[in-house]
Amino acid sequence: MSEPLIRLENVSKSYPGTDAPAVGNLTLDVYEGEVLVLVGPSGCGKSTTLRLINRLIEPTGGRIYLHGEDVTDMDSSKLRRKIGYVIQQVGLFPHRTIAENIATVPKLLGWDKAKTSARVDELLELVSMDPAIYRDRYPKELSGGQAQRVGVARALAADPEVLLMDEPFGAIDPITRDRLQNEFLRLQQDLKKTIVFVTHDIDEAIKMGNRIAILREGSEIAQIDTPEVILSDPADEFVENFLGSGAILKGLTLKKVRDIELHDIPALEMPVMRDEALKVLENSPEKTAVLLDKNHRPLRWISEASLNRTTQPIEKSGKPITIDLQPEDTLQDALGVMLQSSVGMAVVVDRQGKYLGCCSIESLASLIISDSGGQAKS
Amino acid sequence: MTLVTHPKAQRESLAEKLDIIVTPIFAVLLAIIGMAVWLYSDIDDTTRSILAPEKIQGQLIDTIILGFASSALVVAIAIPIGIAVTRRGLPRVKTFLVDTLGLAQALPAYGLIVIFFSFMGSGIVTVIFALATFSLLPVLRNTIVGLEQVDQAVIEAGRGMGYTKRQVLLQIELPLAVPIIIAGIRTAIVINIGMAALAFLVGGGGLGETINSGLKLDRNPAILIGAVLVAILALVFDFLSAVAQRYLKPKGM
Repeated sequence: MSEPLIRLENVSKSYPGTDAPAVGNLTLDVYEGEVLVLVGPSGCGKSTTLRLINRLIEPTGGRIYLHGEDVTDMDSSKLRRKIGYVIQQVGLFPHRTIAENIATVPKLLGWDKAKTSARVDELLELVSMDPAIYRDRYPKELSGGQAQRVGVARALAADPEVLLMDEPFGAIDPITRDRLQNEFLRLQQDLKKTIVFVTHDIDEAIKMGNRIAILREGSEIAQIDTPEVILSDPADEFVENFLGSGAILKGLTLKKVRDIELHDIPALEMPVMRDEALKVLENSPEKTAVLLDKNHRPLRWISEASLNRTTQPIEKSGKPITIDLQPEDTLQDALGVMLQSSVGMAVVVDRQGKYLGCCSIESLASLIISDSGGQAKS
Repeated sequence: MTLVTHPKAQRESLAEKLDIIVTPIFAVLLAIIGMAVWLYSDIDDTTRSILAPEKIQGQLIDTIILGFASSALVVAIAIPIGIAVTRRGLPRVKTFLVDTLGLAQALPAYGLIVIFFSFMGSGIVTVIFALATFSLLPVLRNTIVGLEQVDQAVIEAGRGMGYTKRQVLLQIELPLAVPIIIAGIRTAIVINIGMAALAFLVGGGGLGETINSGLKLDRNPAILIGAVLVAILALVFDFLSAVAQRYLKPKGM
């Protein structure tokens, strides 16, 4: 890999009166454009490590480099203006409007009003909040999820290369958290920031990280690698325990629906005659077909049995298809949809909602088996 | 979606309204009592001369000056000390100060004025310092509490954005502490105006003179009217500080 953007070199932090250092002799490289997740049990020093990077906590030893430049002794306030910072409690300034909150760093850097104001609107739109509605509101009028969106916008205001995030979605309800995580990943695809992300939640780490550093006490790195490698090849017992049971299931979040082979379940396009349908079903290996509307959107599961059971028109027989998958969805999503589905399969559609094929539990299982089989050999 | 907070906001503004309505009502009631005493009791020439308008006017001005000067002195001393002891490394000083000043407030104001008189001599300055000592605690305590109740996450975010410690203090901590600090100042002003009635003891003037003359010459109406005037003045200043509190409160809170 290329030159790291952030480099911690033998960094340590100990507090007077305690024997064990909070962070002991940590060397860590963060590369441009990656999301590095620091994850570990509480009290392992991951948040301390994050604060050492922007020197909210001053290290007692070691050097910190940004872009190859030693920033250990630079004016820490100036350094922090170059680094975005998002914390779990958000910490919006309650006496300032949303716009003023977002404009914090631009104001510190002396941007002119027009540029700042344009940037505020741009950022609000980036985090899916309507500037016309939210600009002049105060933080107490926002929900937790909205507040953290503003928190992220504020951190991005002066377009810093580096973003430090300390459990940013930790205090948000699970449904909103999931949505914010997905939005964040989508944003990061465009922004390509260098992000150090702290969490205690291994599932979040796997979802968000390009690389994961699993830390044990004293911020000692137990393993640092891509989520795939960590899941399939944990370095030691500590990592294994931290991953917990079901590493295979967790691995499903890393793979997409497009990675597995789709089952070719025959499709019946409306309008279709009953005889025609029966003929197709007879030739179908699963004795099942997918009924599509005129625009190739899946409507219902049709089986031979269900068709024979009733004299109702074909568009009323079988079972309705309520959820579908897209190739970008994770296999974990796919598993959920399949388990809910009456036929043990899930339909896959493209962005326009057109039918592509089906995935089944068998194809998922064979993928998992071939994966773990491959590892056993290596 | 975001309208949830409105009921709370309404309740707050109702409490604020009461705050502003109740004080004038009391002041008016007191004024009516004063008028009734003036109109319906025996007012002889001695009482008339005690309550001579030009005398009362001078005493009112004295009382206001005493109240203002001592409160200004309190603000100038207590707020910087409050800021200093809430910075890191001074928690012990903080406890010591709050305890000591608690003691000063436990002393009778009368005694405090006499103590100051014993080394500063008579005059208005003595009274100002004595009153300031007496009313330092509410402002100091509220400054400390006001600064300490600022959400640590907000301070951390401010530091993390690149504010210097000074900028965090001036742009975040102090504005957010303003409502509580002003509440302390308000208490101090009311204490000071009330206690200024004792200024006459050491030649500091003020409405205490009217009350004192009434006592010495056994003229109950004069005592009553003097006391009513002190109370009305204290209420007026309480009202003015309530209005100030309302308008100086940062928006969005």
